[in-house]
Amino acid sequence: MQHEKKTLWKVIGASSLGTLIEWYDFFIFGSLSIVLSTKFFPADNPTAAFLSTLATFAAGFVVRPFGALFFGRLGDLIGRKYTFMVTLMLMGGATFLIGCIPSYETIGFLAPFLVLILRLLQGLALGGEYGGAATYVAEHSPQGQRGYWTSWIQTTATFGLFISLVVILLTRLFLTEQQFDSWGWRLPFLISIVMVYVSYLIRKNMDESPEFKQAKAEGKTSKSPLRESFGNRYNLKFVLLALFGAAMGQGVVWYTGQFYSMSFMKTVMFLDSDQADMILGIALLFGTPFFVICGKLSDKVGRKWVMLSGMLLAVLTYRPIYEAMYQITNLANKTEIAETVQVEEQRITKEKGIDNIHIHSSTYTDGTAVRHIVTSHLNTKGQPILKGNGEAQRISKTTVHLHGANYWALVGLIFIQILYITMVYGPIAAFLVEIFPVKIRYTSMSLPYHVGNGIFGGLLPAVSTYLASNAKTNNAADFYLAGLWYPIIISAVCFIIGSLYITKSMTSKNL
Amino acid sequence: MENFKKILGILWIFLALITAYFCVFEFGLPKLSTGHQEDTVFGIIILFILTPIISIGLGIFGYYALSGEYNENKM
Repeated sequence: MQHEKKTLWKVIGASSLGTLIEWYDFFIFGSLSIVLSTKFFPADNPTAAFLSTLATFAAGFVVRPFGALFFGRLGDLIGRKYTFMVTLMLMGGATFLIGCIPSYETIGFLAPFLVLILRLLQGLALGGEYGGAATYVAEHSPQGQRGYWTSWIQTTATFGLFISLVVILLTRLFLTEQQFDSWGWRLPFLISIVMVYVSYLIRKNMDESPEFKQAKAEGKTSKSPLRESFGNRYNLKFVLLALFGAAMGQGVVWYTGQFYSMSFMKTVMFLDSDQADMILGIALLFGTPFFVICGKLSDKVGRKWVMLSGMLLAVLTYRPIYEAMYQITNLANKTEIAETVQVEEQRITKEKGIDNIHIHSSTYTDGTAVRHIVTSHLNTKGQPILKGNGEAQRISKTTVHLHGANYWALVGLIFIQILYITMVYGPIAAFLVEIFPVKIRYTSMSLPYHVGNGIFGGLLPAVSTYLASNAKTNNAADFYLAGLWYPIIISAVCFIIGSLYITKSMTSKNL
Repeated sequence: MENFKKILGILWIFLALITAYFCVFEFGLPKLSTGHQEDTVFGIIILFILTPIISIGLGIFGYYALSGEYNENKM
């Protein structure tokens, strides 16, 4: 018994470490998207460059289901262990190479093209990795404890994001801004190869999953996993139910808590970028143990209601939570301390003209510090450079820095969203594994997971930004909450489908 | 409950048609015609990836629900 438990911990350790590194690799790209946009995409228009990176980011998500199909099939044909070794190497190699690509200034359009290819490879690898790791762990777990043991795999996505934020913060801390901008941003990509190599060495010595080994020995593995998974009506109905009754809602709740919240803090609340990363990091750190708690809870009370409760809470509370977040930095509610106001003017002479920088900084009675910077572009004679519409070219940037109670209130509000994530995400690996038979498990569970998480979740930033800008154009007073309609509606539909159609007999088939 | 699950199948099929309409005519096609690179990418993703998955997938799910595939005795 003791020996079995030790083996199980080894399985969990090896699987989780690899999956953690894959998530780290995947998130590093998103976390550094602003720097990457200036390095790899034409810099004539910074917004276009940034959006191009986001498009690449989306491409990374869109290919994940294809990775799920390709590697899922492989995993059901030749085994879980070898397949998720391949995905690990593919991910590590692609991440390392992104860190090696010369910038657009050096090799022109080849740079963004190579980045796009490598990003697609990352998406493919991730599509194959998760299902393999979850299946591998579940097939080692004792009956009735799958929720608990697979929940360790579930912590890796959030922890991977946390590690990526920490690595970026540390790199920024030890380098000057110039060094980071020039070459420091490559370090988080390059160190991935070391982590992948260590994980490879650990995984190499692991055994194949006992359930798959037994199925193979008995000649019960599938000859055509794709056809048996999706061409068979009986199995396809479970794939669709897993997607629309669980994975779809899980995907949007996951993305809202981890990514929409970050983007909201930076672009709507104008919070200082490092502070926003730190707030999210703290909330992630405190929230991560709850994946295991929710996984274990699902072994006792069932997966269905733990997941669906998380979705329902999200539907009911997202708007109040984001309203409260918005009000934390709403300067209309605050009183400025007149003595703290500082105004500074700077002039920087450049090759093509002069940048006139006006800095206005002040502190409010609750400790909030605000810095407002307006940069006007002037020609060499000191006259304003005009845009096409005759207005002066001017860039304005506001940064808010929180202190004291406001800071912790914001951590608390993000933490609540992380708790919802742990409820929907903690038990989902066990749920997906348990509804499909061993011979087509890897393929069948990977697709709904990656469509739900990758496509429904991955497109959340784009769809929510679209909804928010539409609301702003229509002068809606609460335009900043409009983007939430996407996760709210998707979660609500998912909740209804899940609560009606997922039945006990479906999840207790002992496959 | 079994009949209710069947009847709701109609709602899921209807929802699949509505999402297809919104994805194609409100999100997808207008994005393709703006001429901006980022909009084109977004439009293509919506039209050729998201729409088929949501609409066809939800449509099939609705059809299965309507034909009683999710009734307790068939699970």
